[in-house]
Amino acid sequence: MSKLLVKNKEIIVPGQVVAEGMDYLPSFGTYRLKDKILANRLGVVMIDGKVIKAIPLAGRYKPRRNDTIIGRVIDILMSGWRVETNSPYSAVLPLQDASFDYIKKGTDLTKYFGLDDYVVAKITNVTSQNLVDISTKGPGLRKLSGGRILYVNTHKVPRIIGKQGSMVSMIKDTTGCKITVGQNGIVWIQGEPAMEIIAVEVIKKIEDESHIPGLTDNIKAFLEKKTGKKVVISKPVENSEGNSYSESAERPAPKPFVRPAHKPFVKPAPKPFTKPASKPVQKTQVKGDKK
Amino acid sequence: MSKYKKRFDGRKFDETRPIEAEAGVIKKADGSARFKIGNTVAYAAVYGPRELFPRNQHDPKKGKLRCNYSMMAFSGTGERIRPGPNRRAKEISMVTEKALLPVVDLSDYPNAVVDVFIELPETDAGSRCAGICAASIALADAGIIMKDMVASVSMGNIDGQLVLDLDYAEEAFEDGDVADIPIAMIPSTGELTLLQMDGFISPKDLKKAIELVKKPMEKIAEIQRKAVQNRYKVK
Repeated sequence: MSKLLVKNKEIIVPGQVVAEGMDYLPSFGTYRLKDKILANRLGVVMIDGKVIKAIPLAGRYKPRRNDTIIGRVIDILMSGWRVETNSPYSAVLPLQDASFDYIKKGTDLTKYFGLDDYVVAKITNVTSQNLVDISTKGPGLRKLSGGRILYVNTHKVPRIIGKQGSMVSMIKDTTGCKITVGQNGIVWIQGEPAMEIIAVEVIKKIEDESHIPGLTDNIKAFLEKKTGKKVVISKPVENSEGNSYSESAERPAPKPFVRPAHKPFVKPAPKPFTKPASKPVQKTQVKGDKK
Repeated sequence: MSKYKKRFDGRKFDETRPIEAEAGVIKKADGSARFKIGNTVAYAAVYGPRELFPRNQHDPKKGKLRCNYSMMAFSGTGERIRPGPNRRAKEISMVTEKALLPVVDLSDYPNAVVDVFIELPETDAGSRCAGICAASIALADAGIIMKDMVASVSMGNIDGQLVLDLDYAEEAFEDGDVADIPIAMIPSTGELTLLQMDGFISPKDLKKAIELVKKPMEKIAEIQRKAVQNRYKVK
């Protein structure tokens, strides 16, 4: 007889027995030890039918493909830039992924990104040894100038963005600040100095209280008190400026790589030689053959 | 018959000193903890996983755990303790690292490092055990993947009497043989990750001591887990 020892959404810590018996299945953040399921990291437990998993509460950012991050240029290389990503691994921004214009060999790279510049970039590739490649080619990806930078817990980023960007657009609308949130926990805010401070306070508050129920209402009340404005929770605008990635508030687990079934190489049969006299007719014939 | 019939501070023989534990005491660190057992106080701060320097220490298979144990200058009995890495501190740093390594899983972080700094502002024996307890709370608080907490406490043998969690006065008992055995354990599996000894004990008593220490270890692990959970408690 299996027994669950925690309630849904309870906080679990390493070594804690989450369930007893063989009826439950351990997923992310939990593992099986004999007939028990134990937690192996700090998180909020999620029970989905038989599957028990933990959503992490703390920990450094780990680079993942297709994440939009904010990074700081720390070095200029022969053909690109090295960018610090608020994680154990720095990223490389290669020349061809930096700009849509053709950058000639030997150009002064500081014309594009100088040292200590902040950039919004997308992770294009992460290797098994966590070598990271990023790109600044794409909508919303750019160099940041002005404003202020804020570091937050990367696991709280989905809460700051909210469902379909509802939380961040609420802050944007009330404070009038431009806000960009990187998945790596770096937030860029630009606006009126007084409003910037309020935006910072609000984001810190979300970070501290995200595990308390009624977050949106608490934040709405806090924003109204601070700005003295009435907060209307607007419908999220799709692809709003600098926030095009916010729809993915809850990041889905990466799909496991499935190797396609091995197909033996079959040498194509040699095409019968035809005279090159009536070219257009032949072309259609060849296409037809392929189908 | 043992000459040590009653403990100096009135505890039972299988009773630890009062324990307090708290997580998240150092705001800038990725994870931190304070662990107090009697008059021994340990602070631990965890930074990382972060980039590892010097590069020749890189391990491309898995991340590295680096511990640093240090007693503060004023932490002893009045004699100034010379700060910095002396022979004793280096050894304890090393055994702490080896005590924690079996539980942490850093295979996701090749070439990176997790730094653990343990500082003791006040000591009254059992400082490496307090340090290990604090460090494992701090590691859990930092969101490191670990299969269990590491609980640690010292076991002793004072003139034939087995005693849990010695304080300094007991370590310095003069009317008989004293053995001081710091032990660290993974409570879920019962594996020992630290077993050192100072003094004399018979093999039979040592086995008995290891058996006796299991229950208090579970209690300490429970306190450690509570400490991490309390940080997120809704007020």
